[in-house]
Amino acid sequence: MIVEIGHFALFLALGAALAQTVVPFWGARVGDAGLMGVGRSAALTQLLLIAIAFAALVNAHLTSDFSVLNVAENSHSAVPAIYKISGVWGNHEGSMLLWVLILAVFGALVALFGRALPRVLRADALAVQGLISVAFLAFILLTSNPFERLMPAPFEGRDLNPILQDPGLAIHPPLLYLGYVGFSIVYSFAAAALIEGRIDAAWARFVRPFTLVAWSFLTLGIAAGSFWAYYTLGWGGFWFWDPVENASLMPWLAGTAFVHSVAVMEKRDALKVWTIFLAILAFSFSLLGTFLVRSGVLTSVHAFASDPRRGVFILAILALFIFGSFALFAWRAPMLKQGGLFAPISREGALIVNNLLLTTSCATVLFGTLYPLALEQLTGEKITVGAPFFNLTCGALLLTACFVAPFGFSLAWKRGDLLAVAERLTVALVAGAVTAVLGAAWLSGGSVFAPLAAGLAIFVILGTLIEVVMRVRRPGLAPAVALKRALGLPLSFYGAALAHVGLGVTLLGLAGLGFGAETIATLHKGVPERVGPYSITLDWVGERVGPNYKEAATSMTVRSGAAVVAEIAPARRQFAARQMTTTEAGLATLNFGQVYVAIADPTPDGDVPARLYWKPLVTLIWLGAAAMALGGALSLADRRLRFGAAARAKAGGGSLAQPAQ
Amino acid sequence: MIMRPIHFALFVTLALGAAPARAVQPDEVMKNPALEARARALSEELRCLVCQNQSIDDSDAPLARDIRILIRQRIAQGESNETVRAYLVSRYGDFILLKPPFKPETMLLWLSPALVLGAGLAAALFARRRAPRSTPALSAEEEARLAALTGGDTTGG
Repeated sequence: MIVEIGHFALFLALGAALAQTVVPFWGARVGDAGLMGVGRSAALTQLLLIAIAFAALVNAHLTSDFSVLNVAENSHSAVPAIYKISGVWGNHEGSMLLWVLILAVFGALVALFGRALPRVLRADALAVQGLISVAFLAFILLTSNPFERLMPAPFEGRDLNPILQDPGLAIHPPLLYLGYVGFSIVYSFAAAALIEGRIDAAWARFVRPFTLVAWSFLTLGIAAGSFWAYYTLGWGGFWFWDPVENASLMPWLAGTAFVHSVAVMEKRDALKVWTIFLAILAFSFSLLGTFLVRSGVLTSVHAFASDPRRGVFILAILALFIFGSFALFAWRAPMLKQGGLFAPISREGALIVNNLLLTTSCATVLFGTLYPLALEQLTGEKITVGAPFFNLTCGALLLTACFVAPFGFSLAWKRGDLLAVAERLTVALVAGAVTAVLGAAWLSGGSVFAPLAAGLAIFVILGTLIEVVMRVRRPGLAPAVALKRALGLPLSFYGAALAHVGLGVTLLGLAGLGFGAETIATLHKGVPERVGPYSITLDWVGERVGPNYKEAATSMTVRSGAAVVAEIAPARRQFAARQMTTTEAGLATLNFGQVYVAIADPTPDGDVPARLYWKPLVTLIWLGAAAMALGGALSLADRRLRFGAAARAKAGGGSLAQPAQ
Repeated sequence: MIMRPIHFALFVTLALGAAPARAVQPDEVMKNPALEARARALSEELRCLVCQNQSIDDSDAPLARDIRILIRQRIAQGESNETVRAYLVSRYGDFILLKPPFKPETMLLWLSPALVLGAGLAAALFARRRAPRSTPALSAEEEARLAALTGGDTTGG
């Protein structure tokens, strides 16, 4: 019964979304405030209805109602409760429902906090948001119904894919979707601005918090996914340039470019057309990512062709929103007024370089991901575009972008002095160069990437910190005054600084991998095996039974010299319901680095074939990503940027809001 | 539920029958560390043909293991990495190379970063050239308004 209520609520939500699309748009055209106001209530109603539908599905999973096809295929009565819940989005239908739920949450946020916005802009933005909702709700109801019943109901479910039964992968999709879907707001506002043919700094100020929310969550989502891959897949790889990963990286790259260009627009009223373009691009890549992952086109073009219903539907959605918005862009963008002049050597100039490099890497990822598909369709020839291609091309582009980052952060708006900035950054430049040279000497002829990345990382971190100190301290300034200056700086400045330091920290973590060690060996009980600066001894091998699996478990001691520094317990788990085996790596964090041990099945006489790794600084990769996301959050807390602050300031005649013309 | 022991038995048979395939195993490693390093470098460039975008160095698939062993046998026989790679390409096609070779069909792919960057730069320069060089001078009317504003109240802002 509850399941049917959920299904019914979803139909009603489609109705609400239709109302949200048509009524406010019409109201905006005829200038009727009452009709425009409908957008607000429709958005809130829609959220309520989708929340009911989502709760119904969660309930079905929690109570293991196997008469629901979705539950029977993706759950099991013995699965722990947390994975019963994460099983809701661990499959196609449920994850699409989560997608529209988040879409509705963002729509409701605009409805709630957008009161201070110009009425027409808000009405148009809600209408576009409603249209996206209509498309995806129709997609769910017509091709991917999560509420389908199963007759007769089986006694037991087919279990959630064991590799998804993990905390990292339980939170990965919601985080990622908050990012993907968050860009929908930016997109809706871009489309609304184009429909109106007018855009100003107040627009940027309203959109920026949403951008920061979306970008921060996307950063966390990607980091969670890569961390999961790192400890699950059994050899410590964390990024594979897999099409599914690329699908999440493209919106991130476009979104990162957007975060920077929207800052230019907000402060200097420049780069308007380009910012709108990026807003459309970021969400288009989110849609493309959804299509690539959900249509099955990636696993094989043939898998797509054998059941094209979903794929074609998403392709139609994709075409509507991408071509529609770009057509609107081509038609309306020339009308947007350009403002804010600047010299090439200026913060604006540096941010343009940043944008060029980021969008080029984004395009490269796109080409690399789709090229094999296109080539196979056109010529029948199969090629692979794998990690070495992306490391070479995107690696070079992104490292260059990292190099530019401290310069952009230190240059003044409008007209900067490159020489003076270089002088300020001398200490950071020298420290970076020394790090790179020392690193190269240490590796003596190994990879070029590791020492280069280490040097760049030091440059980015120090360069950013130097700028923070320079803003606060001048020679001869009393400490009390310096403190006052430090407190007077806007939070968004500290947010940007933290994000840049985070970038450097992540880069340092990546560089650390080049300095690691690997040992492949069969471990015998009591015989230590060396890896890097540590030695690892196998103490115990045995069998254990978990709630829905059996495992070959071990326990090992990590020693540095004679001192015991950690105990680890790598294992192999066998999940009966799906006949799958997973690797549980043994991890010990030591000074930001990790000892990583993955085992194969123990031999009958109790020996354990294993791969042992020492990965120095590896945790910095994800700590840096967390710092980047935190930087976004800090920037969000800036009181100038709170939802609606722009228009309030405008209404009060304050000096913060810059009028459009 | 009754199925479970049977499943487990199946596991055990599978585990004992076929060697449990995992990314590089101790029994595969070559005695000579220099040759082993060469084999590792080569296998990082080769795609596991039955997986998605994984190199054979990382893959657990039995086919990947077969190719890892084949590479090591050939290297042990004194073949260079290039010869082994060429042999594998002749057998499996370019599909096995994670880094696509530069040839007419892949030219667009390899040149795409340069093309996009170039187009972006050209667009930026074009936009700059089209934009006015400096702020236009204030009109007489604006001058008058400015004078009125600054003359009337110098503290306002």
